[in-house]
Order: sequence, then structure tokens, then C-alpha cells
Amino acid sequence: MADDDSLTLRTYEAARTRVLDSIAEVGRITLLVIDTFRHSLRGLRAFRLVVDQMHMIGVQSLMLVFIVSLFTGAVSAVQAAYQFSTVVPLKYIGSVILRSVIIELGPVLTALIVGGRVGAAIAAELGTMRVTEQVDALESMAINPVRYLVVPRVVGAIVMLPLLTILANTIAVFGGYVVAVTSVGVSTHTYVTGLKQFFFMKDLWSGLIKAVFFGGIIGWMGCYYGFRTEGGAEGVGVATTRAVVSSCVLVLVSDYVLANVLFRFIFAE
Amino acid sequence: MIRIRGLKKKLGAKQVLNGVDLDVPQGRTVVVMGRSGTGKSVLLKHIMGLMQPDEGSIEVDDTDVVGLKEGPLNEVRKRFGFLFQGAALFDSMTVGENIGITLREHTRMTESQIRERVAERLEWVGMTGIEDMKPASLSGGMRKRVGLARAIAMDPAYMLYDEPTTGLDPIMSDVINRLIRSLQQRIGVTSIVVTHDMNSAYHVGDELAMLHDGRVVFTGTPDEARSTSDAFVRQFIEGSSEGPIRV
Repeated sequence: MADDDSLTLRTYEAARTRVLDSIAEVGRITLLVIDTFRHSLRGLRAFRLVVDQMHMIGVQSLMLVFIVSLFTGAVSAVQAAYQFSTVVPLKYIGSVILRSVIIELGPVLTALIVGGRVGAAIAAELGTMRVTEQVDALESMAINPVRYLVVPRVVGAIVMLPLLTILANTIAVFGGYVVAVTSVGVSTHTYVTGLKQFFFMKDLWSGLIKAVFFGGIIGWMGCYYGFRTEGGAEGVGVATTRAVVSSCVLVLVSDYVLANVLFRFIFAE
Repeated sequence: MIRIRGLKKKLGAKQVLNGVDLDVPQGRTVVVMGRSGTGKSVLLKHIMGLMQPDEGSIEVDDTDVVGLKEGPLNEVRKRFGFLFQGAALFDSMTVGENIGITLREHTRMTESQIRERVAERLEWVGMTGIEDMKPASLSGGMRKRVGLARAIAMDPAYMLYDEPTTGLDPIMSDVINRLIRSLQQRIGVTSIVVTHDMNSAYHVGDELAMLHDGRVVFTGTPDEARSTSDAFVRQFIEGSSEGPIRV
């Protein structure tokens, strides 16, 4: 009986500690976000640092985004053709691919692959800087690490994610077109007509607004876990994993929240 | 002048600093020695405001840096140069960019003036012409000297050295010791050197302070340290495993 009580108490304590740690973590991330806004004006003055990050986050992700988007569009065409069967006329295939890509697949898949690549890179770089005292060195030189390191990365991600999403949308629609025309038997005219028929500007905007939020999530998660790195190489590995996992989870959770806000309130008919 | 009074810091369950009192007079070099893990580096980080103590005060030119807000603290930091144990050079930058970073951030110097200053500081540390090299291609001794050049780029009034000779061969250690000494003579800098290398301590120190169990247990000149009968100091400078300091 005493053993049961002790086990219950230990379980309760462990759960309590876990909850308190999670609350503290949310608090620390919130403070980092506030700090980033506080230092953003001066941080943006170091324009070269922002451009470097835009290059690292955007330009170096181009090939990956290109390949993933091309096959996403291609698979969408195959799946649409299969699901339409005899129920829905194939003339709608273009509009279905377009809307599913620009509202959902383009921004979310881009965020997931860029989150994997860039989130890991940011966490590993800042984590290494933390354990080799480079972050302390910045502070000791009266240079705020949030201004110097976080602002360029977060701004770079927020600017580049929507641009990458536009590229991903275009490539995916093209990938869908290639498959629709070559293996589903839809003519170019039918596909393009379908694209035009159900294209709404608000769909494109909703995807791009999501991409802005996803960019922020990727940048902040990478920076937060990088800054929190402890220990040596093992700590950097842990930080990198946490940054990527938390980015991906938060992208999906915020996608649901944003979808509700955008389609039920902002763009509601 | 730096005046430290009653500095206490607990990290986890360990009381790392337990009432440190230390004075560093203007223009002098004080060497803080002690075994590994006695809180020497932690002490330096407190002086720079990189860590906050649980208790105590640290006055730099009559300004208490404990609890100071970021703006005023940064003004104090600009008067300091800090040589980190591993040099802490920024890997993504060239040597020139590393040394010039504070000049670009805190002064209105033109690029040509910055290049001139960088070249001059590299010459001071005997590393002329390596501005375009990346830190990854430098040896340990070269990294330390570049770190030193970066620390003195802004003509600091105070220098903090964290284990400046650790991991270096004896000849390179001597080069670093001479550099520390020559800087003191050249720019009259007030310095704190943290080390457990007694050769280095005797060479660069005007005064030695020994940290043990979170307190300063001895202060004196190198000659006083050599002739002291204090059992803690004797055991440490003789490098003996037998004595009051338990291993």
C-alpha cells in the first residue's frame, strides 16, 4: 500500500515537473519572439546579414523545393484522376490540383522540407556557437545575440518562405499538368480552363499568409533550440532534432488554426 | 579599478563562488589561479555580466555591474576585452572580419580605417597578413593570438584572459605570456588572468590570487607566493597531490 502511494506520488511529481517545464519553455519562446521584435529595427540595419540568411534559407533550398513540388503536383494529378473515376468530369482536374496546391500542399510541404533543412542548419550553427562560447563572445563585445543572430534568420525565413511557396505552387501545377496531359488524357486547353475557372485570389493569399507564419516558426524554433544548447556535440545533436521536430509539429498545428481563422473569418463568404 | 565583494553563485547543487572578495588596481595584472572547476571562468563571466550572481557586488570604475540593464551594461562591456579559453572566433567570418566586428558595430570608422586597425592589431600579435584566412585553418596558438587581436581592437581599458596558455606548447605559451605583458606596457591595460599554469602566472602577474572552495584564500605578489608558508598555496604551486587541497 505504501509502495502504491509512493509510486502515485512520484508519478504526480514527474507529471507536475513536466507540465511546469513545458509552461516555462513556452514562456522562454515567447520572450525570444518579443525580443526579436524589440531588436528588429536595429537588426534590419545589418542588411548584409539578412541577405546572407535569405540566400541560405531561400536560394539553397530551391532544388529541394523544385523536386518535391514537381512530384507533389504529379501525384496530385494521378490521385485526382483515380478518385474522379466516373463520378467527376476530368475537366475539373486542373482546378482541383490548383486549389489543393495553393491552399494546402504548397505552403505546408514547403514549410516541412525547408523546416527540416533550414531549422536543422540554424539550430546546429547557433548550438555550436553556444557551446564554443561564440555567443558569449558576442555579448562580451556588447553585441546583442538576438539582434545579430536571431533577427536576420527569422526575417530571412519569413521573407523566403512565401517566395518559395509561390515557386512550389507553380512547379506543382506544372507537374500536375505534365501528368494530366501525358498519362491521364486531358488536353492542355481543358487543364488550363480548369485552372482559370476556379482560381480565387483569396486562395493564393491564404497560402502565402500561412507561409509567413511557417517561416517565423522555422526561424524561431531553430534559434531557440540553438541558443538553449548545452554540452558538446551531443547537445548540438539534441538541439537540432528538437528544432526540426518542433518546427514540423508547430507547422501542422498552426496550419489547422490558420485554416480556421482564414476560411471561417477573414475570407469567409 | 575592479572591486569584487562577497560574490556568491550556486550552479545546480554546487556552491561555485562562496563570497569572493578581490581588488584589481588600475593598470595592474592580477592572476586568479586555482584548480580546474573552482569557478575561475565563472568569476570572469560575472565581471562581464554574462552571468548574474546570487549575492555580492562587482564594481568597475565605481559602477556596480550586478543587475545593470542591457544598455548601461553594454557601455561597461565596451571598455573590456575578453580572450576566451578556446578563443571563440566566429567560424563564419574571416580573421579580418572577426577582429573588425566591434569596430563596425560600435564606431563610425570607415572601412579603410578598420582595415588599417585590423592590420595593426595583427602586427601587434605577430600575425601579419592573415586577414582573409578562416579560423578553421588556424592552429590553437594562432587562434589565441587572433582572439587577442580581436579583444584589443577597441583599445580596452580592461582585459580578461580565460586560461590564455591552456592547450599550447611551452614555446607558444611563452609567446602569449610576452604578448600579455607587452600589452600591459603598451596600452596600460588593467587585467585579470585566470590560469592554473604557474609559469604563466609568475610571468604575467603583478599580483596572484588563489581561489579555493569558492573563496580567495591568498593574495600577494609572485615573490610572496613563492615564499609563502600558506599550505594551500604551497601545495598548488608545487603541484602536489598531498596537502590540504583534497583531490
